Amino acid sequence: MAEESEYDLGVVRYFAVATVIWGIVGMAVGLLIAGQLAWPALNFDIPYLSYGRLRPLHTNAVIFAFGGCALMMSAFYVVQKTCRTSLMAPGLAWFVFWGWQLVILSAAITLPLGFTTSKEYAELEWPIDILIALVWVSFGIVFFGTLAKRKIEHIYVANWFFGALIIGVAILHIFNSLAIPVSALKSYSIYAGSVDAMVQWWYGHNAVGFYLTAGFLGIMYYFVPKQAERPVYSYRLSIVHFWALIAVYVWAGPHHLHYTSLPDWAQNLGMVMSLVLLAPSWGGMINGIMTLSGAWDKLRTDPIMKFLIVSVSFYGMSTFEGPMLSIKTINALSHNTDWTVGHVHSGALGWVAMVSMDALYHLIPKLSGRAAGDMYSIKLVNLHFWLATLGTVIYIASMWVNGILQGLMWRATTIDGTLTYSFVESVEASYPGYYARFIGGAIFFVGMCIMGWNVYKTIRGGHREEEAAVATPLLQPATQTS
Amino acid sequence: MSSGWHWYVILGTLLTLAGFVWLLFANRKTSGNETTGHKWDGIEELDNPLPMWWVGMFGASIVFTVLYLVVYPGLGNFAGVIGWTSVEQHDREAAAHESRFAPLYAKLASMDADELAADKQAMQVGRRLYLNHCSTCHGTSASGTTGFPDLSDNHWIWGSDFSAIKQSIALGRTGVMPPWEAMLDDQAVLETVHMVLEIAGQEHDASLAENGVVHYNTYCLACHGPEGKGIAALGAPDLTTNVWVYGGSIEDLTHTIKAGRQGQMPAHADILSDDKTHVLAAYVKSLSQ
Repeated sequence: MAEESEYDLGVVRYFAVATVIWGIVGMAVGLLIAGQLAWPALNFDIPYLSYGRLRPLHTNAVIFAFGGCALMMSAFYVVQKTCRTSLMAPGLAWFVFWGWQLVILSAAITLPLGFTTSKEYAELEWPIDILIALVWVSFGIVFFGTLAKRKIEHIYVANWFFGALIIGVAILHIFNSLAIPVSALKSYSIYAGSVDAMVQWWYGHNAVGFYLTAGFLGIMYYFVPKQAERPVYSYRLSIVHFWALIAVYVWAGPHHLHYTSLPDWAQNLGMVMSLVLLAPSWGGMINGIMTLSGAWDKLRTDPIMKFLIVSVSFYGMSTFEGPMLSIKTINALSHNTDWTVGHVHSGALGWVAMVSMDALYHLIPKLSGRAAGDMYSIKLVNLHFWLATLGTVIYIASMWVNGILQGLMWRATTIDGTLTYSFVESVEASYPGYYARFIGGAIFFVGMCIMGWNVYKTIRGGHREEEAAVATPLLQPATQTS
Repeated sequence: MSSGWHWYVILGTLLTLAGFVWLLFANRKTSGNETTGHKWDGIEELDNPLPMWWVGMFGASIVFTVLYLVVYPGLGNFAGVIGWTSVEQHDREAAAHESRFAPLYAKLASMDADELAADKQAMQVGRRLYLNHCSTCHGTSASGTTGFPDLSDNHWIWGSDFSAIKQSIALGRTGVMPPWEAMLDDQAVLETVHMVLEIAGQEHDASLAENGVVHYNTYCLACHGPEGKGIAALGAPDLTTNVWVYGGSIEDLTHTIKAGRQGQMPAHADILSDDKTHVLAAYVKSLSQ
């Protein structure tokens, strides 16, 4: 068995710190644009700060910077521990780290300057796309190379999901980004019309499927049993839901294009396959929750466990909501409303961010030479948990209300068959939701900043002076009094 | 699609679904041991069976999918047994909508513009049609903005006749002010601007305006008329009213003369029935009274 010192943890440590920093940055941008929707003057009439440029910066920063670093951190850590071997080509792993930071930096510069392909979640221009492809393939080489030299016969389920993430995203990114450059920072997609739209949402939906679902299920499959100190509930369920999940996700993209010029057959097929997706998604939730089951007592003392149970619950909820929203008659109400934004954030804040926070709170102390979960302050972890949960709930509830309100206002007709409301009236009616969303986002962001402080102090060493999270039991052994 | 793609879609779909059924079937039994015997970094796996409610849910979604794809299009070129298409559904629902409200609009269409203007219900209908179809450009209060004419005043570029307003809505208008930069140098443009300001009754430089008359008579008179009153049939605005679609400052007028203007009122005949256009035109005309 490899000793702790033989693992390549330096690159994991760097990714962990980068995850926290990019989380704070990406969410700060999100908070600013949420504010801009409530108070449009917040764009300050500066083109670089306009909503249209900062929105892709926010999505790229939270998905690819925060989420990407969390995935690479976890994949590089988990593959070593579960294969009982060090990384293959550690130098290449460092290239993955610095290359990925360069991608993030390029995005942070080019997007506010207005360079964009206008493809959602794939806005970055062709030179950056090439860099992403190089870094991603290197990520795959290091990961699969490490798997190849594993010292344990079987491959742990978390690694199946990381493997699916790497292969899936490589294919999606390369084929969706195929473009003809016309200048250093301008290119045109090789696809046209509804084919372009279909390729884009084949990519877009599977960025959700392989990146934000499969990848983070990999995180869940390692850190849930580790933190709960319980065996994984069902190996068979892992097999069935893994293969079903990765096979069916690729069919679901057309549900982003309901009621468009996409042919009927593609819309219908995308819809029913999205319904089939419910069971494979829930397989992961069942395995997560049933693994935690039996360790419920830890919820009293271990706030990291709270992050886990809430994140898996949000995963289950948003993977129910997704198939539901893909039903055409429901989509007719929800499409283009804030409901979609709420759905994305119940997955992004409730599932992706919270399960990443769990991995960070588990790993940061270990990577700093402390015991797993031994943060500078457990009370601050607990506070972060409540802020994150409260912020997420306020955020998504306000977007549900707004989405249903907008959908109903847009379709309301009067006795003469005309629309009851003009568009701008639905915007006016959305303001309370925009304010509430800003408040929810601000609460979530404050929690993230507290995490940043807690991580900083943990790495520096020491403990905050505080009482134990749970008061000493009231029943004391009888003591002799004289 | 070609038959190759047709079968690709069918086989891909059915084999995927069959694969799920096989996955469920192949994993129906457990080994009987508590764990699988694997151990990674202290993590073990229990060999619990698949939860039956979950298998049932998965199976039900597969059965539903197969039935749905028999009924509706989805499997390549196979049209589904009930012959549904989204175009057919849209046309059916749109026709039902139109026929439901046709009597109301037919009744309103039998009234003339003055009768409609005096009818409270007709004006409410007209206002809602206006908010649905016109307010995006002309504003909710119909006061317009730069490039989009004010409909609440008494000035009509294309004529104030009820029939002219109806034509503007149904067929649209294309207003073109040609650019004169090639004919007029900066000084000549400035002189023309002051001449136009003079006939609009605005503050101007009299000597510049006097020099501008010759340019006006050469280049502008053909459309805007000898007295600058405009010609509605050409969509050439009256220059004497101090009402400006593209602004009346020296800067704006200079730009208008040098670079020209392009105005586009889109046609609505495909969107609005004749009866609706009739009511809407009466409402728009009533705004200026």
